[in-house]
Amino acid sequence: MKRTRIWLSRLAGLFCRRDDLAAEFEAHLEMQIEANRRSGMDPAQARRAALLKLGNPENAREICRERRTVPWLEHALRDWRYGLRQLRRHPLFTLTAVATLALGFCASISIFAFVDAALVRPLPYPHPEQLLGVFETTSNAPETSSLSYYDYLDWKRLNTSFSSLDVYQRNMLVLTTAQGTEATHEARVSAGFFRTLGVHPLLGRDFRPGEDALHAAPTVLLSYASWQKRYGGDPGVIGKTIIDGGTLKTIIGVLPQNFSFAPAGPAEFWVALQPITDCESRRSCHDLYGIGRLKPGVTIHAALSNLRAIAAQLEKQDPGDNRDQGANAMLLSDYIVGPIRRILLVLMSGAALLLLIAAVNVASLLLVRSETRKREMAIRCALGAGRIRLITQHAAETLSLVLAGCALGLFAARALIALLTKLIGSETLAYLPFLDDLGLNTHVLLFAGTLAALAFLFFTSIPAIRRPFAPRADLAESSRSSSNTVWRRAGSRLVILELATATVLLAGAGLLARSLFLLMQVDIGLAPDHLVAVRLAAPKAHYKNDSQILALERELLARIDALPGVTSAALTSDLPVEGWGDTTWFRIIGRPWHGEHNDTPERDVSAGYFRTIGAELLRGRNFTEDEDMSKPLVAVVNQAFARHYFPGEDPLGKQIIGLGNNAKPVQIVGLVADIKEGPLDTANRPVLYFPFNQNLSPYFDLVVRTTRGERAFLHTLLSTIHQFDPGIATAEEITMRDKITQSESAWIHRSSAWLVAGFAFFALLLGIVGLYGVIAYSVAQRRREIGIRMALGAEQSRVYRLVLGEAASLALAGLLAGVLCSILSSYWLRSILFGVRPWDAATLLAVSATLALAALGASFFPARRAASVDPVEALHHE
Amino acid sequence: MPPKTEVRQGTLALMILKTLETLGPLHGYGIARRIEQTSGDRISLNYGTLYPALVKLEQEGAIRAEWGVSDNNRKAKFYRLTRAGRKQIEKETRDWEQTAAILSRFLNNAGEIA
Repeated sequence: MKRTRIWLSRLAGLFCRRDDLAAEFEAHLEMQIEANRRSGMDPAQARRAALLKLGNPENAREICRERRTVPWLEHALRDWRYGLRQLRRHPLFTLTAVATLALGFCASISIFAFVDAALVRPLPYPHPEQLLGVFETTSNAPETSSLSYYDYLDWKRLNTSFSSLDVYQRNMLVLTTAQGTEATHEARVSAGFFRTLGVHPLLGRDFRPGEDALHAAPTVLLSYASWQKRYGGDPGVIGKTIIDGGTLKTIIGVLPQNFSFAPAGPAEFWVALQPITDCESRRSCHDLYGIGRLKPGVTIHAALSNLRAIAAQLEKQDPGDNRDQGANAMLLSDYIVGPIRRILLVLMSGAALLLLIAAVNVASLLLVRSETRKREMAIRCALGAGRIRLITQHAAETLSLVLAGCALGLFAARALIALLTKLIGSETLAYLPFLDDLGLNTHVLLFAGTLAALAFLFFTSIPAIRRPFAPRADLAESSRSSSNTVWRRAGSRLVILELATATVLLAGAGLLARSLFLLMQVDIGLAPDHLVAVRLAAPKAHYKNDSQILALERELLARIDALPGVTSAALTSDLPVEGWGDTTWFRIIGRPWHGEHNDTPERDVSAGYFRTIGAELLRGRNFTEDEDMSKPLVAVVNQAFARHYFPGEDPLGKQIIGLGNNAKPVQIVGLVADIKEGPLDTANRPVLYFPFNQNLSPYFDLVVRTTRGERAFLHTLLSTIHQFDPGIATAEEITMRDKITQSESAWIHRSSAWLVAGFAFFALLLGIVGLYGVIAYSVAQRRREIGIRMALGAEQSRVYRLVLGEAASLALAGLLAGVLCSILSSYWLRSILFGVRPWDAATLLAVSATLALAALGASFFPARRAASVDPVEALHHE
Repeated sequence: MPPKTEVRQGTLALMILKTLETLGPLHGYGIARRIEQTSGDRISLNYGTLYPALVKLEQEGAIRAEWGVSDNNRKAKFYRLTRAGRKQIEKETRDWEQTAAILSRFLNNAGEIA
């Protein structure tokens, strides 16, 4: 207690030094003299006796001072102040070093914030390592295909690996409110879904077991956001009802604010999954995704083989429905952040490289400085400063630089994170809920602290490594001594390292940019400009039977066709670029068939669809308006379909048939050029197109080609639809161009290309500045030598060659090392490249040319300075 | 003049505290003077002995210092006993008395034990 008190007061003494001892001593002395005089001494004698008695005041003050503060800490503080003064005296050096460090820190910290949010921090559920995503597999979707309702029930019943197994489905909900109808996101989940995740409602209760049964009273949980938005956070919301697609559902609870479940999208309503859809009445129809919580001690591997065994058993029991239906399970976190992980790892490597360059750059700045201050150090050493003292002084200076750089970097990182989230866009972010609390949290701050500590250690070790401390030699040597070559060699090596790193980043950026370019050039089989799309959900209550939906289609399309600026309009069950899902099974009539499913994406499109989206009909004909259920069934296939199922044959006129019991033959009447129905970076697959009129549904996408501005037109389109029938809900209105650029594959490629390009730009800048520094320093050091050469008759061009040659050899060494490294490290990039190989010659050539040009630019100015050396002056100078 | 003696380790603090207890707030010279007088001039305090002890007592919170004006109108720093200081006196007095009692027993009975 007493000890802490003393230490506290000593620490306080470091900062508020009140050294009034001198005055106190003075007073003491005067009183002593007075007393001495009173005892009869003469003034001089009294003074002498007093001084003698009281001893050396300086000594006493020193003892007191040491006791009042912490001496070593005080020295350190003094060194720091000295260091700060030194830094202030060389603002250009300080600014460069701090800015460079801040740049490196900023890049690493902000990318790490994303890495932390997406990869480091586990899912916001208890024991996330037990949570698995559970899927079926098919030949069309060998990784993560969906489950059928009956398969789910069997898996749930038969498995021995999971303490609970549940399913969910992302869905559009048509909400009827006082204002009309609106479409919004909902998730249908089985009753145990939240218990499996380990999430408890903030308000009200969870679904009870059995509430997801077909005839249970319909119930719904609200998301926190929806509760706030629609009910103003009213706790009395429990027991109220919503009208979801014409069905009354009772609100039983509100989910916590921090709850999110990325695979279900930004769902507002979480309804108990009642197997009401037609799909859920058939084992062959797959529309659900599973999550399971492993029993303690069960491995993923064991669970997977358990599920596979069950799937095999079901296949044997019901070969008609379950042929080739396998099982798959993976960590839920892997499923959720899988696609973003590969890009984040690449970006993190990029940021690390940039930080490396920044650190190397600052290291060489520090080297130059320690070189120019050699004499200062030597003199101070000769005057009695201890070696430790000099080292702590250097460390104090470095610490100030690193701290300033780190602080600035943190500020910049905050801005960069905000910018990046804006770039990703709120549309996409809604599907990446784990990025919600992105920011400078403790993890990120710890990371920044670690980086700063490492940088500090790196920088303080530089002068010590470079050469033994030799004050006497330093004092003796004049500035033209040969020891400068030591520095030049060290500096050159650092520059080679920088240029090599810059090359790696440039090559990466080049490859990613080329990937992005190629991705955007991908032939998607349609003309996306002047094309808009919107999702429609007609209330089932009003559009019950086929004739009503048929009438809706015809009247709505007629109404839209009549709008000014509309070239054509059409319907489809799924928009392009969305995915290869929504499949059907078929066999070819007249061919041997062994029960295989031929799982193939199916699209139900209206007569004008191919014309509207600008797809090219290669052969045969389009569907016609009057081709409904009363006419023979027809289909159009794409090229991939023709190649796969009819190699070397004409698909037109061939007949296929679905695998259902009352399926009728379908004749292929047309061949359309491949349309990219799935992600841009995937290969085309066989696709079947059927007439919408023969596969009617009250939910569909409307596509319209217009000659007007797309965004303005979307507005008109929506109001036209709502005027036509206020009961129709619309959602996800978008231009086709946006749809493509916002698709996952596009934004992943785009954001990685832009970020790595940004890193590469700064890397190049820093590398070139580093090269400039080395060459300029070398020229300054060789002034005299150059002067002599010129005095002896060397031409200016020779001097140019001398300097540029030095720069060229450095640049070449860096370039070669960099190209080698980038080829070797291409493994990292391969997973996010599209259409380019990591050793793409054109990219590497372009990178080399860029670097060479930049290096030439950086060394030209020092070379000119060297060439304009006046020999007389140069020799005189020394 | 009686022979001078070194101030024994640890005793000076108690002397200072006791002085302040008896005389109330006092400046450094006054404290030194009083201790010297009480010791019968066997002790002589210089800067280097007195002031580090005062700094330490102040850090421990036993005394508090502030500038004031002395009897003969001189600016001087006055030290005052705090409550913690009074407690410290009590404790240290007890300790010393005990030590002294034990020691004196040893010294008086030394012959008998031998």
